[in-house]
Amino acid sequence: MALWLVQALNGIGFGVLLFLIAAGLTLVFGVMDLVNLAHGVQYMLGAYCAVVGAQLTGSFAAALLIAVAGALAGGVILERLVLRPLLGRSHLQQVLGTYGLILLLEEGARAIFGPAPLSLGLPAMLDWSLRLPGGSTYPVYRLFLIGAGLVVALALWLAIDHTRTGMRLRAGAANPVMLSALGVDTGRLFGLVLIAGAVLAGFAGALAAPIVSVEPGMGGAVLILGFVVIVLGGTGSMRGAFLGALLVGLMDTVGRGALSALLGAVLSPAAARQAGPALASMLIYLMMAAVLALRPGGLLPSPARA
Amino acid sequence: MSITLRAGRRARAWNVGLGLWLALAAAPWVARLAAYPYLVDIADRAALTAAAAISLQFLVGVAGLVSLGHAAFLGIGGYAALAFAVGGANEAALSLPAAVIGAASFAALTGLLALRTRGVTFIMITLAFAQMAYFIAQSFELFGGSDGMPLDPPALLGTGLLRSPAALHGIALLALAACLVGAPRLTRSRFGRVLRAGTESPARVIAAGFDLRAVRLRAYVLSGAAAGAIGWLLAEHAGFVSPAMMEWRVSGELLVMVILGGTRTPEGAGLGAVGLVAAEEVLAAFTDHWRLLLAPVLILIALRFGPRRP
Repeated sequence: MALWLVQALNGIGFGVLLFLIAAGLTLVFGVMDLVNLAHGVQYMLGAYCAVVGAQLTGSFAAALLIAVAGALAGGVILERLVLRPLLGRSHLQQVLGTYGLILLLEEGARAIFGPAPLSLGLPAMLDWSLRLPGGSTYPVYRLFLIGAGLVVALALWLAIDHTRTGMRLRAGAANPVMLSALGVDTGRLFGLVLIAGAVLAGFAGALAAPIVSVEPGMGGAVLILGFVVIVLGGTGSMRGAFLGALLVGLMDTVGRGALSALLGAVLSPAAARQAGPALASMLIYLMMAAVLALRPGGLLPSPARA
Repeated sequence: MSITLRAGRRARAWNVGLGLWLALAAAPWVARLAAYPYLVDIADRAALTAAAAISLQFLVGVAGLVSLGHAAFLGIGGYAALAFAVGGANEAALSLPAAVIGAASFAALTGLLALRTRGVTFIMITLAFAQMAYFIAQSFELFGGSDGMPLDPPALLGTGLLRSPAALHGIALLALAACLVGAPRLTRSRFGRVLRAGTESPARVIAAGFDLRAVRLRAYVLSGAAAGAIGWLLAEHAGFVSPAMMEWRVSGELLVMVILGGTRTPEGAGLGAVGLVAAEEVLAAFTDHWRLLLAPVLILIALRFGPRRP
């Protein structure tokens, strides 16, 4: 029982990280129809900034701040120079341009920091474990991560559902031409979303830095999981991204555990050892396939597109 | 388009394709003259990569399906070759059909679902399914897990015909020639015309009585099957198979080759592939961080060239 609780918490933590990445991405894809493959390297950028910040200041809070500032700066530069000019181009041009960005930033990170993974120590204040009901313990940093992610999710919900900019954004998702005709500068609005998405992804990278290895290729896997989240939730839907992220996170931890327990009961140990990992790595994609088969628009499609 | 114009374009396409093919075919002689035997290896890899890019160009440029998961088919072809080598039946007459059937089945299953969506979502889903194939390959301890493993060249109907470098060179060229000749014919066929019409006006194609999704699925399966065969060749050529064959960057690189070739023509995709492989080899000779030199070029091309969306 205690094991399941730990796995559920791990899954929620992973899901929260994925939500921070998918939140910006789903708006960029759904609202702006921009294929931004470079979203993953913005996550990597945040993680590297956090490592550098921690080395310079020795404080985790300062490292987080520096990471957010770095992600903001990176987001503004990429938005101005590459992403916004790509808005009016075909999907293929966007793939080419953002793929170029991936090559540039990953190779840049490799040239500056070397190919070996870096690590960031846990902040002393959060480097202890909490006793869970059932007898096991759980690292407090992961609880902090869940809390921080949920606070950001709440702030995003308030910003999108209860502010004027959020209202314009929802209007832009429904009908960008009409919004533009009503006198709103949609280019500026979309630029703002691109930068906000970059900051969220960078923040996720900084939060993840103490518990993953910080390496140039770290953005790729996360980007693809972000895509799965968006497809699950419905392109352009923020609530869908939240649900999808939690589903993917939980499926990846709890589902894996349940599957190996199930296989162990049904198959011989040797067969379970061969089939287990293969099936477990398929789980989230099978979930995506099932959603596509039953609800091609995603679980919670954004009302603007329904 | 007038008939003379079209004939002129066909002649030019023919010239570009033939020139590309001859340049790659001449590699063994150039390598001997330049005393640089490694050149043949590069040329073969370039020819097979060009063939793979052409199979993707058919999807992107003709069927209008932007797939970012094409490397999965290459990988499935490669693992078919490895499975027969590990299983002790290292016979091309068995493993090559298995590669084609395996890749076609994967394309049929994933295509059935992915084709329910269009545009950006289709790009994301093809990428996700390819990543699934990648993780499955990683989890097979029998096939070396994430490290992969080497394989011996296969027998051909019990003979050792496929075991010489010259044979591999010939087969790579044969595969490229098949793609260069086959893809334009397929594009001009009734099947290709329905696909192209579907990119311009899907509603009209459906109203004319075509089951557009079924036609697109057929294109997806066909392209996947071709890529499966090319993956088998890539594996036999490298003598090594690993999950890295179907890493998402490989799919991205193939798509970049197709885009650089203009997406409209197979010979363009072939040219894009050979150009990128050559650029990598040349730049890598100067610096380990050659991607830093290539990336700005790609970004500039994306920003400067290509159509603006209305």
